[in-house]
This record gives sequence, C-alpha cells and structure tokens, in this order.
Amino acid sequence: MKRRWWLAAVLALGTWASAQTLRIGLVSDPDVLDPDLGRTFVGRIVFASLCDKLFDITPDLEIVPQLATGYTWSEDGRTLTLTLRQGVTFHDGEPFNAEAVKFNIERSLTLPGSNRRSEIEPIERVEVVDAYTVRIHLKTPFSPLIAQFADRAGMMVSPKAARELGENFGRAPVCSGPFKFVERVAQDRIVLEKFEDYWNKDQIHFDRVVFLPIPDASVRLANLQSGDLDLIERVAPTDLNTVRDDPRLELAAAVGLGYQGLTINLANPEPRDTPLAKDPRVREALELALDREAINQVVFNGEFVPGNQPVPPTSPWYIEELPMPKRDVARARELLKAAGYDRVAFTLMVVNNPQSIQLGQVIQSMAKEAGFDIQLNAVEFATALDLQEAGEYDAFQIGWSGRIDPDGNIFIFHTCDGALNETGYCDPEVDRLLNAARSASSFEERHELYRQAAERYLPDRHIIYLYHPKWFWGYRADLEGFRPFPDGIIRPEGLKLK
Amino acid sequence: MLPYLVRRLLIALPTLFLVTVMVFSIQRLLPGDPALALAGEERDPEVIAYIREKYHLNDPLPLQYYYWMRAVLQGDLGESIRTKAPVTEMILQKLPVTAELAVLSILVALAIAIPAGVLSAVRKESLLDYTANVIALSGLSIPNFWLGIMLILLVSVHLGWLPASGYVSPLEDLGENLKRMIMPAFVLGTGLAAALMRQTRSAMLEVLKADYVRTARAKGLAERVVIYRHALRNALIPVVTLVGLQLGGLLSGAVLTEQVFVIPGFGKMIVDAVFNRDYPMVQGVVLFTATAYILVNLLVDLAYALINPKIRLGGEAT
Repeated sequence: MKRRWWLAAVLALGTWASAQTLRIGLVSDPDVLDPDLGRTFVGRIVFASLCDKLFDITPDLEIVPQLATGYTWSEDGRTLTLTLRQGVTFHDGEPFNAEAVKFNIERSLTLPGSNRRSEIEPIERVEVVDAYTVRIHLKTPFSPLIAQFADRAGMMVSPKAARELGENFGRAPVCSGPFKFVERVAQDRIVLEKFEDYWNKDQIHFDRVVFLPIPDASVRLANLQSGDLDLIERVAPTDLNTVRDDPRLELAAAVGLGYQGLTINLANPEPRDTPLAKDPRVREALELALDREAINQVVFNGEFVPGNQPVPPTSPWYIEELPMPKRDVARARELLKAAGYDRVAFTLMVVNNPQSIQLGQVIQSMAKEAGFDIQLNAVEFATALDLQEAGEYDAFQIGWSGRIDPDGNIFIFHTCDGALNETGYCDPEVDRLLNAARSASSFEERHELYRQAAERYLPDRHIIYLYHPKWFWGYRADLEGFRPFPDGIIRPEGLKLK
Repeated sequence: MLPYLVRRLLIALPTLFLVTVMVFSIQRLLPGDPALALAGEERDPEVIAYIREKYHLNDPLPLQYYYWMRAVLQGDLGESIRTKAPVTEMILQKLPVTAELAVLSILVALAIAIPAGVLSAVRKESLLDYTANVIALSGLSIPNFWLGIMLILLVSVHLGWLPASGYVSPLEDLGENLKRMIMPAFVLGTGLAAALMRQTRSAMLEVLKADYVRTARAKGLAERVVIYRHALRNALIPVVTLVGLQLGGLLSGAVLTEQVFVIPGFGKMIVDAVFNRDYPMVQGVVLFTATAYILVNLLVDLAYALINPKIRLGGEAT
C-alpha cells in the first residue's frame, strides 16, 4: 500500500515536471487583451507570448522580421511593400496571409476606440498583391511605420475570431504567437498554453505561461525568493542588491526607451504670465540648479541613467553635440539676475507615490540654492493627468515610456499640434524639421534632422529631461536564455530551465 | 418573524436608494476623467471622445444616473470600462474569495478573542489579564501590511513552509486553498481579535456582576457552567453585533491584506477601480457592498434571538 502511494507520487511529480510552467510576476493587471484596444505596458508583456507581430526588435534596437520576412520602401517613401512568412496559422487554425494583414491594419484604423489608429494614421489603404505580399499606401511619407509594426500595431489577430467576437475579442484573444489563451481571472492570473502549430516552436520550451499581477515590489520579490514565481519584472532599485546577493537568483537590466523629466507649462491653454513660462533664462537657471547625477544617486541608488534628451545616451539617436550640462549654481543665479529676478517661486506637481515625491523634494532643495522657491503639489495620477490636460500647472514631473523609433519620443511633444504637447510650445521650424525626419528614410539623414531640431527645442527647456529609467528583471538562477530588451518586454523565445 | 423581516427589508430600500445617489455623485465630484485615465499614455483625442460617448460621460448627471439605475433595476450593473468584463460577473468571481477570507479571519479572531476575553474577565487584574490585553493590543496596533510582509519573509522565504501568496479555489484544491489562506486570515484575524476580546471582557465583567449569575452560583452550579452557560451566552450579544459590523467591513476593507497576499478579492478590485475612475465598477461594487452590509446587519439582529430567546422579534408582543 505504502509503495503504491509512493509510486503514485513519483508519477504525479513526473507529469508535473514534464508540463513545465513559467510563472511571471507583473507589476499590475493588464487591461483588455485586444492589441488594438490595449493601453497598458503589462498588456504588451502578455501579448509578447500571445500575439506575433510583423516585425520585432533585437536587444540592440535593430528591427528584424517576425511575421513579415522583408520590406521595401518606394522611392517617394509613400509605399511600403511587405513579404510575409508562409506556413503560419492562427490559434484557431485560420491561415496567416496577405488578406489577414489587410484585415488587421484596417481593423487598427477603424475599430471604435482603437488605440493604434493614431500610430499608423498616415496609412491610406492596403493592397493585397498576392497571398504573401501586401502593399501599404501612405498619405504622407512616414518612416517610423516599420517601428510601429514592431509593437502592438503590428500584432496580427485571427480575422475570423475578430469578426465573430467583435468587441469581446479581448476577453478570449486569438492570435498566432507561441502560446494561446486559456483563461483569465481579473487581478489574479492570465494563463496561456503552448501552441503546438507555432511556426517557431523549437524556440519554445515551456508548456504554459502564467502571468500574475503583484503590484507591491517587495511582495513580488518575496514570491520570487520563495519559489512561487520564476521571473519578475521591474525589481525596485532599492531591492537590487537583495537579488544580486541571493545565489538562487539572477538579475538582468536594460536601459529603457523612455525618460522622466520636468514638463513646464508655457502656454497651455494660453501664454502664462509667470517668470518660469515667460523667460527661457529662468528655465535655463532651473536646469543648471539641478545635479542629475546626484538625483540618480539619492533617489535611485545610482541605478538609472541621467540624461538631457528624449532618448538615452546609449541610443544611436542621442545627439553627442548636446551633452548633459553640469550643475552650476553661480551661473544659475546670474541668469536669474539677468532676467530681473532675485527669487522665483512656482509649484511643481508630482504624482503621489513615494518615489516621485522624493524626487520632487530633491529637486526642491537643489533649486532652492539657486534662487527657486518650489512648492510641491503631490496629486493622485488620474487627477494629475486632468490638471495637465487643462493646463492647470506650472511644472509637472512626468515622463514617457518611450518608443522604438525616436519620432515616438519627440514628435507628439514638440510639434505645435502634437497630440501630447501639453506645454503649449510652438516653433514652426521645429515642426518643419520633425516632419522632414518622418519623411527621410536613411539613418544619417534622419539623425541630422533630429540634431537640428534638438538644437532648437532643447534650449527652450519646456521639457527638462532628467533621467532614463532602467528595466530590472529578477529570475531564478536555473532559468536560462533570458534576454533583456530596451522595450522592457519579456519574450518567451529561448527561455528554458537548466 | 416574517412581518419583521418584510418590514426590515422595506426599510432597507430608501437606504439603498440614498447609497446609489451618494456613490454616483461623490464619485463624479472627484477630479479626474475616466476617459483620460483609461485612454492610456497616448491619449488619442478620438479614443477619448469614443469612451466619453460610449459610457454616456457627456450627458448631464441626472441622465447618466437614470441610465445606470434603469440598467441596475434590470439586473445589469454594466461593464468595466477598463477590462470590458461585466461588473456582475466580476463581483460574483471575487465575492466568494473575499467572503472566505472574511469568514476565516472572523474564526481566527473569535478563536483568540473569546477564550482570552473570558479568561481576562474571570481573572480580572491578574497577570493573565494583563498579558491577554497586551497581546490583543499589539494585534490591533501592528499594521496588517507590515505583519503580512514579515510573515511572508519568515514563513515562506526563510522557512519555506507555506506559499508566499496567490489564491487557489477551495473547489479546485481545498488543502492548497487553506495553505494560502492561513497567513492572510491570521493577519486580519489578529487585527480584529483585539476589539472583540476587549468587548467580550467588558461584557463578561458586566454580566458576572448580574443577579442571575449570583443566583446560579448560590444554587451551587459549577463555576464552569456559570461562566459558559449563563454568563457568556448573554455577554455574547454585543460581541455578535461587533462581529456583524466587522464582517461587513471585511468585505471591502481587506484591501491591504489582499494586496500583500495577492488575493484577488473585493478590496483590491475596488481600489483599482477607483484609481482608474472605472465608474460602472465602483458603482456596482459599492451598491453590492451596501446591500451586503444591510443584509448582514439583519442577520445579526436575527442572531440575537437565537442566542438569547428573551429577545423576541416582530410586532406581536406589544
């Protein structure tokens, strides 16, 4: 009897071991799992296991084929021809082909509430050339399009399922990625199961992936330490040494695509009559009052990357000719004097989480020495967005999660009618340069245009860039094949247990 | 009994109506626009306009209230703006989880509070009394959040005895379910035990001075019988009231504990919904919780009659 129990236990263990599950701890619960409606970053992590895209990136930000195998731009930059991977099927058995791509792009453009429409807005129409070739016609040249297809706008869903499920597609998504959807319990877990007909299945070594949202960073880490999770995202900068010191764990890091900084209200909704808004010398003084290195040391244990541009210094798009200025309190005071002020007071809005408040306090004390009296206003996030949109702020400590193409970090913030231009900044020459950069296709040409634009908008300092967050992942030491990507997304390809 | 029940349920209706008006209007007084909160980082104006249109956010408030109530009366609490899941389905999914946690915590609390309360009343001002008081007070004053994280670090990370967090349905695997519920129930239970213990103690002290207890002792009954059969039974009335209130509170108040132990319950759902300005979700959950509160209070009143037959419910006796 005893032996039979023992045998049963061994057998059970055997099946358990052969059905390997990868458990990933996320920072929050994703929103709707429809690539066209999705808004959250954590949603993109789930999509990476669920939905393949036309293109992907390498850890060095090079764009590589995924469902598309190649592309060519027409001479005038207004037509993009894509060749597609053959032998790919969706999770419901439907074939992936040119018709499916046409359907998906049109869905992104027309689905009510689509968050992808603005990302691929220059697309005029999609033409099916043959079963595995599509031609995309644009209203205006738009070189960041390929990069957009390396994110959610390039994710392909099953046309049949999308038609049948309509608005409910996100509750049972059907794509063509390495794992298919099994179940979701809100705020608890999202379970995916290996897709046996995946075109790249040799790279997939787990039978299941389970995503568990655990908002508290220390609890997320405790779950990794206790073995309840295999991989966690966004380890807090203060916990990094705990992970480094634990022999059972590994730490991986990548500089992100985004930035954090101070957004200063110049003219939203109309020109403001404050020293900070009126006089660029005052804003220059504010920048010179800040020590970016010290901010990084004090608030982030020196783990992030200080910076002064919309892209991190590690990016090929960083403009070397415009280096990060050093702190210079004397010069800051001179500038204030020259502008006609002894001291300048303003309110800095920060989001009411401990880290943002601490950052605000460090800025407050640094700027004080140079002659700024900053009042901190800690506001809950949704309220802060409301105040920013309404222009009811002097300065706001906020950032941007970042995009693969530099256009995504620059255009919408610095053009006169930019979708996220909340500062009221407007310089027609900057508009011209940034539009030209969208039309240019070679790296050198675009880099030069971004340099010229930065030379104009950086000295205006309506956004003072401060630092670039890094992504930190913790995982069990016997998990191999983990690759840190600057977009922060966890890709399941190649991950396996030793 | 039946007329009493009907009367109580009828009185509940205006209360519920007021709750709906209050939750609806207070929420809209909050700054922050759900469309903006939900449109994501990009905040595409077309998406924002679409969300406003779809959820009637542009309509005048009374009209929005009318739409909501009309659906509620048909049994439809609407859908979450954030996840598009029906609110009723979400509530039904989360309720058993939080209810189990609430019941287990109350059991832990009672298991600590009643013996401790009785003992410290019987041995008033003894070392035992003081010790029980100190322990009870520390349970009350230690923040749940901190105690939870410390327990996880000790029991799960260092000793490896229990899983750190997460939830498994008891229908799926009862043993696994209990393993994951012990720590959160203990954390919540110790917090509740303090108040219950103090309440038991003072009620017992009161009752032990009563004439009928003296009579019982005079009859020569064993002290144990006097305490447990005569005194405790009467002393339990205020304790049951308190348990009822705490049970109601636990439905929505276990937020931090649920957060620490990653239990997908009500509290976490409400907090997320408020931060996302997910109006249908907040309204649905608050309406549901208010109804549950009213029902629990009714059950508490009914429980009085069971514990103490001298309390008769209904209008017949007058």
